[in-house]
This record gives sequence, C-alpha cells and structure tokens, in this order.
Amino acid sequence: MRTAVDVSALVGPYPFREVPHPDPDVLVRVLDREEIDGAWVGYLPGAFHRDPSPGNAALYRALSAHRDRLHPAPAIRPDWPGWSRELTRAIEAGARAVRAWPMQWGMGVGHPALRELGHACHERSVPLILTVRFEDSRQRHPMDVTGHLPAAMVRELVRAGTGARVVVVGAGRGFIEEVHWGLTPPERATTSYDTSWIWGPPEDDFAHLLRTIGPAHFVYGTGWPLRLAQVTRANLALLPPDLAGVSLDDPTRWTARRPDA
Amino acid sequence: MSEPLGGDGPLIDIHAHFYQEGAGRLQWRSLNASRLAAGDRIGVTWHVGSVLGSWGATSPTYFQSPDDTVAGNDVMLAMQAAEPGRVRAWAAVNPNDASFALAELDRCRQRGAIGLKLAAARRADDPLLAPLLEFAEAHHWPVLHHAWQRRPAWVPGQDPSDALDLCALAGRHPRVGIVLAHIGGGGDWSHTLSAVRDVPNVYLDLSGSGVDRGMVDQALAAVGAARLVWGADLTLDTGLAKLWALDVVGLPAADRDAIRWRNAARLFPPGAFPGIVA
Repeated sequence: MRTAVDVSALVGPYPFREVPHPDPDVLVRVLDREEIDGAWVGYLPGAFHRDPSPGNAALYRALSAHRDRLHPAPAIRPDWPGWSRELTRAIEAGARAVRAWPMQWGMGVGHPALRELGHACHERSVPLILTVRFEDSRQRHPMDVTGHLPAAMVRELVRAGTGARVVVVGAGRGFIEEVHWGLTPPERATTSYDTSWIWGPPEDDFAHLLRTIGPAHFVYGTGWPLRLAQVTRANLALLPPDLAGVSLDDPTRWTARRPDA
Repeated sequence: MSEPLGGDGPLIDIHAHFYQEGAGRLQWRSLNASRLAAGDRIGVTWHVGSVLGSWGATSPTYFQSPDDTVAGNDVMLAMQAAEPGRVRAWAAVNPNDASFALAELDRCRQRGAIGLKLAAARRADDPLLAPLLEFAEAHHWPVLHHAWQRRPAWVPGQDPSDALDLCALAGRHPRVGIVLAHIGGGGDWSHTLSAVRDVPNVYLDLSGSGVDRGMVDQALAAVGAARLVWGADLTLDTGLAKLWALDVVGLPAADRDAIRWRNAARLFPPGAFPGIVA
C-alpha cells in the first residue's frame, strides 16, 4: 500500500550521537523502499540552533535536487525577530509544513508566541509540526537536558483556537490520549499524530488508538533518520484483522488549497 | 497461511515475556494471545519466555520473593506444556535467596526449562551469582541477563547491570553463553558495543523498543553476526522492524540465519528446539 507523505523525516546530523547517512539522497531511497511518495523534511541540527534561519537556508539547498519528493518543513521560531518574514520565505521556498521546537527554545506551556505562530500558520494554510522527543529518555546524552514536549503544551496551543493544523510527532499512547480527550470535538478535528512512536503487539497501543480515536487522526511518520523507517510499516502490518488495510489521514489534503502545493 | 512477515526460515525469539492472572494486568490473557498471534504472523517458530514473579503485584518485578518466583516459573512452565510446539521457558530467579534459587533452577530444569533468566536483583558482577552460573555451565544453559546500557549509579526499582558488569561475569564464567538483554531496551547502546567487543561469550539480543538507526549496523560491526541473537521483548513491532532492517544491510544468508535462529539454537541445550539443528 503506497503512502503519500512521511511527516516526521529530517535530514542532517544529530549532535548527540552518530546517525548514519542522514542525507536527502538516502532518504529518497528509503522512501522508495517503504513505498512513500514524499516527505515533509526538517533540518535536524536546526532544532538546536537559536536562530533557525541559517539552518532553514541549508535545508532548502539540501533538498533542491529532490524537490519532487522532499518538501521542506523548516523551523519558524515565533519569538525571534523577523519570524514572520521567515515564514513568508518558507512558503516561497515551497514549505508544505513548518516545525517549531518550543522545548529547545525554552518556551513554556501557553507561550503567547506559539499562539501567534498558530494563527499565522492557519492564515497561510501551513500545518505546524511539534516533536515530542528525538530519543528514548533513558539514552540521552548528558548535555541533552531539554525535556520532552509536554501534552499540556499541545492542549494549550490547540485550545487557543488558532485554527492551525497541529501535527504531533513522536508521541506515544498516553500522550495522544491525554491531548485528544482533553480537547473539544472541534479542537480534536485540527490535531493529528504521527505513527512513529506508538507500540504494536502485544500491548497493541496502535490498534487501541485506531479503534478509540480513529484513523483519521493519524498520519504516517517514520522518525527517519533517528529511527528505523520500517517501524510504522511493521506496526501497520501487525494490526489485527479488523484493522487490516486501515487508511490513515492524507496530509496533502491540508495544503491542497494552497496554489503552490 | 500467508507468508511470514519476517521472512522464511526458523526464527527464535529469545526474549519473550508472558503474563498471568493476578499479575497486575487485567488483560493478561489477551496480551499473551496477542504475542502469540503476532509471532505467528511474523514467523516466530519459538518464543523463549519468562515470567518475572508476579510482575510487581505481590513482590517487586526485579526483586521477586521466593513464592512469586515459584509461581511465575510455574506459569511459564505451564505455558510451555500447553504450547509445546512454539514456547520454551527460561527459569527466572532472584540470586539473593541463594540456596533457594539454585534449587528452583533444578526444579525448573526437571520440568523442561532451557535457560537461566536474571533480571536486576543483584548486579552481574556480584559473587552471589557464581553458583547459578556454575549450574548454567553444567547444564549447557545460556543466561539471559537484563541490562541497562551504561547504567546510572542508581535506578528506582532495580539494581541494573550494564555491559561492563556482564563482561566481568563473562570473564569469570567463560564457558557460559551470556546474552546481554535488549540493546534496544534503553540506555546508551554505543557504550555496550564498545564494552563487549572483545568478550567472546557475551551475546547481544536485538530486542527492545529502541529502533535507533545505526544500532543494528554498529552491533554487527562490533561483535559480528555470530554473537547477535534476535528477540522482541515487549514490542513485537520493533522486533519485526529490526528483522526488516537486517534484510537491507546486505547480510550473507548464513549470517542472517545465525541471527534469526542458529546462534540461539547453539546457545541452548541440544534438542531444546525440536526440529531445529544448529
């Protein structure tokens, strides 16, 4: 079964351990192998920079040879001077989504700048991707002390009513349930979760979430290059018979009304 | 039956767990059934499982009381008896009750257990483990030892061992195959790879929820296919993903078979897996 988009792919090195070949041409080969049409790609080292602009520029350059498959999802830091111009630049560069790294930027739950970014994303029809974690907390480098994204941060952002499509990547069952059931039905309708960090059998968290929350809230994500891209395919393949062949949401529909998408 | 998701040929999951009534998991029966069903779809031919006491219900998971040790092993042995074509049992003991632990191993061996499971009740380099390892050597049992890669000085609820601790144990018992559990199970696996590289009787089990890119390749580079064994632990989806990862790293067929089943078949007593000859 072909998949339209991987929403949680990144390129570039990771500062806390060696990651093999985190390069765009390798990502394209992985997408081919996994039968994924394209990816919304972020710039991994940029998550640890204060000013995301140079990293975004590096991302656009890195993806330039593969723009038919790899679409930039740069970082927009809404408490940084000129962020609105950076968002315009991102859209002009073909961004299908943008990322924010509030924990790495020291933003707390309910930070007003995040709400501003949410409004801007809604106005420009650009989904906003938030990442819960890069690695298992038990293996973090001693210098990697930033906490995981708290579920409360997602709830507060969505409850602010910006209308932005919020895509949470790297969340597990507990996080997803805490956000989903902590929102009103209209708020839930604007919130999606990627599949990269949800357990399959025997706990069957993925099957449970598909049954209770519904497949329309989930989008395909791999977490590449930090995680094996095969995990989501494995999870889908191991779903019980009543969920076999389930269709996840197609993120391309969120940007379909944009003329450049 | 459809083709196994994990590919053709034997496949031994050397790190399985099962649950029982009263173990703090209301859905224990469906968890066990889900494991076996997913195993069938992946193509697991043998689940080598353990039950760690009462899983915390009546004594701590990593510090099991003697009563819970017996009860947990009985559950596992009953499971093996009920599923003679696909389940084998580790005997799990707490080394702190030294003479009891030794007697329990012998009781379990007589009922068909095929290996020694140690968790985190005592560090691997502790001399208290010596009689248990001597028992393992005498019966050609491997030891599956819980590990926390590059352990911190202290972890709530357990006294975990890391690769350095296991290497100390392996050095004292060079004729016992010691399987360092779940390199994907948390902690700094790169520390483990550096530590075990030159210790020939330490094997690495690929299980655990961790699916870091680079982990499988670097494990192969560190210890070679002859000292890797496949397992899933608590997440069969990540186990399947690692099988698929092995398929794309360019392994020769013999190395692939070694990791999937042949190394495990060699580690356990002869005849442990009917129909499989190492």
